[in-house]
Amino acid sequence: MVPRRETGTAIPEVEGKMRTGSPKRRLAAGAALVVAALVTTTACGGGGDNGDKNEDGAGYNAALDKVVNASTKKGGTLKFVGKQDFDSLDPQRTYYGMTWDFLRFFTRTLVTYDTKPGEASNKLVGDLATGPAEVSEDGKTYTYKLRDGLTWEDGSALTSKDVKYGIERIWATDVITGGPAYIKQTLDPKGEYEGPYKDKSKDKLGLKAIETPDDQTIIFKLPKANGDFEQFLAMPTGAPVKQSEDTRAKYTQRPFSSGPYKIESRKANKSLVLVRNDAWKKESDPLRPALPDKITVTISANLEENDKRLMEGDYDLDVNGTGMTQSGRVSATQDHKGSIDNIQTSFVRYVALVHNTKPLDDVNCRKAVFYATDFAGLQQTRGGEVAGGEIANSVFPKSIPGHTDYDPYGILERKGKPDVAKAKAALKDCGQPNGFSTKITARTNNPGEVDAAEALQEQLAEVGIKVEVDPIDGAQSSSINGSPKVVKERGYGMIMSGWGPDFPTGQGYAQPLFDSRFIFENGNYNESEIKDKEIDGLFDEAIASTDPAKAKELYEQMNKRLIDNADWMPFIYEKNISWRSPRLTNVYSSAAYNGRYDYVSLGVVK
Amino acid sequence: MLAYLIRRLLAVVIMVLVVLLATFTVFYMLPKWAGQDIAVLFAGKATGAEQVEGIRTKLGLDEPLLVQFWEFVKAIPMGRTFANGDDVTECPAPCFGYSFVTEEPVWDTLKDALPVTLALAAGACVLWLAAGVATGVVSALKRGSVWDRGAMIAALGGVSLPIFFTGMVAMGIFVHSLGWVHIEDSLSTDDSIGVWFETLLLPWIVLALLNAAMYARLTRATMLDVLGEDYIRTARAKGLGERVVITRHALRSAMTPILTVFGLDIGVLLGGAVLTESTFNLPGLGLAAVQAINSKDLPVILGVTLFAALAIAVANLVVDLLYAVIDPRVRLG
Amino acid sequence: MTELSKTGAAVGEPVAASPAPTAFLEVRDLRVHFPTDDGLVKSVDGLSFSLEKGKTLGIVGESGSGKSVTSLGIMGLHTAGQYGRRKAQISGEIWLDGTELLSADPDHVRRLRGREMAMIFQDPLSALHPYYTIGQQIVEAYRTHHDVDKKTAKRRAVEMLDRVGIPQPDKRVDSYPHEFSGGMRQRAMIAMSLVNNPELLIADEPTTALDVTVQAQILDLIRDLQKEFGSAVIVITHDLGVVAELSDDILVMYGGRCVERGPAEEVFYEPRHPYTWGLLGSMPRLDRDQQERLIPVKGSPPSLINVPSGCAFNPRCPYADVPKDNITRTVRPELTEVGSRHWAACHMTQEQRERIWTEEIAPKL
Repeated sequence: MVPRRETGTAIPEVEGKMRTGSPKRRLAAGAALVVAALVTTTACGGGGDNGDKNEDGAGYNAALDKVVNASTKKGGTLKFVGKQDFDSLDPQRTYYGMTWDFLRFFTRTLVTYDTKPGEASNKLVGDLATGPAEVSEDGKTYTYKLRDGLTWEDGSALTSKDVKYGIERIWATDVITGGPAYIKQTLDPKGEYEGPYKDKSKDKLGLKAIETPDDQTIIFKLPKANGDFEQFLAMPTGAPVKQSEDTRAKYTQRPFSSGPYKIESRKANKSLVLVRNDAWKKESDPLRPALPDKITVTISANLEENDKRLMEGDYDLDVNGTGMTQSGRVSATQDHKGSIDNIQTSFVRYVALVHNTKPLDDVNCRKAVFYATDFAGLQQTRGGEVAGGEIANSVFPKSIPGHTDYDPYGILERKGKPDVAKAKAALKDCGQPNGFSTKITARTNNPGEVDAAEALQEQLAEVGIKVEVDPIDGAQSSSINGSPKVVKERGYGMIMSGWGPDFPTGQGYAQPLFDSRFIFENGNYNESEIKDKEIDGLFDEAIASTDPAKAKELYEQMNKRLIDNADWMPFIYEKNISWRSPRLTNVYSSAAYNGRYDYVSLGVVK
Repeated sequence: MLAYLIRRLLAVVIMVLVVLLATFTVFYMLPKWAGQDIAVLFAGKATGAEQVEGIRTKLGLDEPLLVQFWEFVKAIPMGRTFANGDDVTECPAPCFGYSFVTEEPVWDTLKDALPVTLALAAGACVLWLAAGVATGVVSALKRGSVWDRGAMIAALGGVSLPIFFTGMVAMGIFVHSLGWVHIEDSLSTDDSIGVWFETLLLPWIVLALLNAAMYARLTRATMLDVLGEDYIRTARAKGLGERVVITRHALRSAMTPILTVFGLDIGVLLGGAVLTESTFNLPGLGLAAVQAINSKDLPVILGVTLFAALAIAVANLVVDLLYAVIDPRVRLG
Repeated sequence: MTELSKTGAAVGEPVAASPAPTAFLEVRDLRVHFPTDDGLVKSVDGLSFSLEKGKTLGIVGESGSGKSVTSLGIMGLHTAGQYGRRKAQISGEIWLDGTELLSADPDHVRRLRGREMAMIFQDPLSALHPYYTIGQQIVEAYRTHHDVDKKTAKRRAVEMLDRVGIPQPDKRVDSYPHEFSGGMRQRAMIAMSLVNNPELLIADEPTTALDVTVQAQILDLIRDLQKEFGSAVIVITHDLGVVAELSDDILVMYGGRCVERGPAEEVFYEPRHPYTWGLLGSMPRLDRDQQERLIPVKGSPPSLINVPSGCAFNPRCPYADVPKDNITRTVRPELTEVGSRHWAACHMTQEQRERIWTEEIAPKL
């Protein structure tokens, strides 16, 4: 398998919440708080239309597991705002969760996540295809039938060959970069096909693993079964691209629409405007209600200001889905509690305990860290239970099959408080009765991470574990804590970071973290450097299984083993506070998109 | 004067070369010495091995450093073609690099951002020069008075308060509470002058406030120095009125140090007012740089850096020429 | 100013209490005090003198004796443009051609400056504005007082430059001060001062910043111009040689007061104050081979905040104990007439001074 190096760099940056962290940030946030206080007191004293609008909030957490303001009313403009722009609008090149969510406005895939609230969204349903695949007995052949009436934005018919061509683009790794490579790794693990741009065949459809016997049928032939294969096809990488419209690297500037909207204008790092794609036929697409007439995305650098304008109704929601800022949270929870949701993301904050760095090669030393850590204290530095998240006990987030209540260290039982006696006993067992010294890395561009590392430093010092905090540049992290060589040279024993799944299965979340075959010289995410044959075996078995229940059981076993060995210490299941404009209709949080609202279902009241 | 001009021009050419060399060193050589793969850095977040190799070939990263530097420099006036087999990327002149994230020449980004940065800089510097110099002069003339102390305390505050604070306060009051000003999202050349003016009004004031404070202090100190000069006494001995003494004699001399600082400030500002642009979401060079850093778009960061450095070099040249206009002694060099 | 007669006297006629002097310039009991954090600095403390048109008065003294402060006081430059800071306290009377300047409207005084009274400063390089050409600065001086166009004014500037002996004046008029040599700059400065035909010219150390060879030329120039224009001239200097060259009268200042004054000849050949002796003794003479016998004035100039009681010069005076009863340390000596139009302020008797001068001082000079 080729490393999915991007995961850790791409997803965390977007998922990471903009919290207050370094002293500078804290100053900024402090200033923002003062301002927020200034503004809210004056703004809300005035009442006016602000006040009226806010009364309409559907209620705190209303959109977590049900549809708020269900409606079929069309029209209006849906207005997104965000600090960070989409990574790429090219379906084969994007790796940001927010983009995947958004792309459904103009990009369709064979299967996609169901447009239902909460966990129900994790179910895959037919999109371009009439339904999920017909899978052969051996789990190696997937056959889809396409719906009738599928069209491109120019009105031409969308065929199975377009789907195949789109997927083939993943192979053109020198041009089509950035997206996940799961499909390529599954269908062509040896990398024999060179991609459509170097394809010698006339129709450029030379990839043998995909067959298109007719325009309505597409067949995937896997060399080896992979129970998550449909998950890969639900990612934007599985989207069709019309060959005549493929502008290669520049496709990101103006992708050709297969969905109900098409791009009217696009300015990188500034804006995106979508308008209705008149060629799209509602009857070919049961999932998308396509309510707004127009969709705008504004990229705006000032998070506090964005929050304010969300609350004032200038915008409807944050396209990044990273949650509100501290000052935004304060005024939103005070004055507009009915318009916010406390969303559980699939993001986990963790400390990797590096097995290659003494004395953390000893399981008892690692256990000592588990016992000595004040999880409640770390939770406070991350913003508390509501804005930060719940204390973690399992390596898997709650939305990923494999998560259990297993808690051998009694972390939840003690409400996150440390057990100093047990920590000292564990230290004795590992031959370091007086504690030991090591180093921890934390990324400076990730708000709050350095603070959390410093808090941990204080906590561990209680039992004699002296930790030196080494703040590193997040942009360089893949070549610092992602490089076992550098980690060894610098003597890092702990690495603090965050992680979210590419797709909601054990494989999609955990393989880069724990599989010994995923230890890379650069861009390594198995930061603990876990080399455990049993874990590797569990991955193989779970991936090969086409039975989700069986896979779940295997991942639960894996969780137990990882926790028992104190291989990797999760500490927070991240949550955030999201603004849900009262203007929005059909709003609900989608677990499949990491708790974000399901953009494609949204409408507006006017 | 001509000799002076030629000397200054030569100095700027050398400075530009140094800037180019420094930029090249920072972006190409330092990472290499630090053991990083430059192709990976230039590729941005995407790091497929093939693409990295493609970028390596396209940027000629296997070539000797001297050749790389030459290509890097030559691209600005001549444009450049990045080729890897039949995968060809054109970067027309002036080529400040090519972003593999947005798949656009960096110049396209700079070109869009430049008017915003220029407008922000121009408006703000007019404001702060006028306000700062006027305050400084009055403070110097009323040295020790309540006005002077008040102005200098205010100036200290102005210098100390960060833009994101004053900016947020200004927006909180004038945009959100009072609703007097509307700030347009992503200002572009399609917008009318009125929209530009309204959007830039608060940024101008906020940015000017910060700088005016510094200029007031500088002007005051310089004026106090100059007012002690013998030639000011001479001017009075000639029977000139105080207004003439202050404006024609004292202020003109005081302009020299102000101009020096101003030249540097304007140069830096032309490289993008990062905080102001971020606070008010003005799509200028500073914001482009911030966004490039967020999206790990190294070519854009390099482009903005290079452009900013060139802007500072040019601003320095202009200041040097203005020196010669103001102070005849400089012409002799 | 009724106490005037107590504290000072003027050359020529005794000071009258009447407010309408007959002299062209008359200074009566001038006091210029500067308040500072350390105390009141009494730079000039009761100075009186008068001057007729066509005559030259040399004011001599060490630095800090108050001579420059006096000249700036006459010009009214202690008050003009003194912003915010603690202002100089000036009292007394300055009569110029029938007008009392200290009580006059400041704007009226400003209009007199440059036209009626002009000044030449010590260091022409710093006294001329570096950013304007010589011509521009002279034109400005001229046009401030004459309603003429620039062209006329420039012609006048060229004429003046020519008059003060600057070669190629039509070209040099467009030069900047830094393009001139020191002597040329001072000539230009003089041209600028004289451009309005002032009746009173004050030259404050006009040659100090110049080479010795140039000094003589500049002094000649001032003397010639005075003859030509008929102005009253005050030359302020620490260099007795300069006053010897130019002055009709000499006024010796010490600690903000006049200690001796009289016709130049008298003061030079019959000085009646120990400080004047010191000045003469410390003056190098090119014409005599007595360099090794220089008699410097010992000690340093008095503090102008805590002026020594009695005679301000007593701490440095070798003859302080000649008068009886320690009077030099308790009573301030008044100016007394010691010869024809010749006054000195010393407690020693006339005889004592004559004896010391002829026996002890003169032979050494």
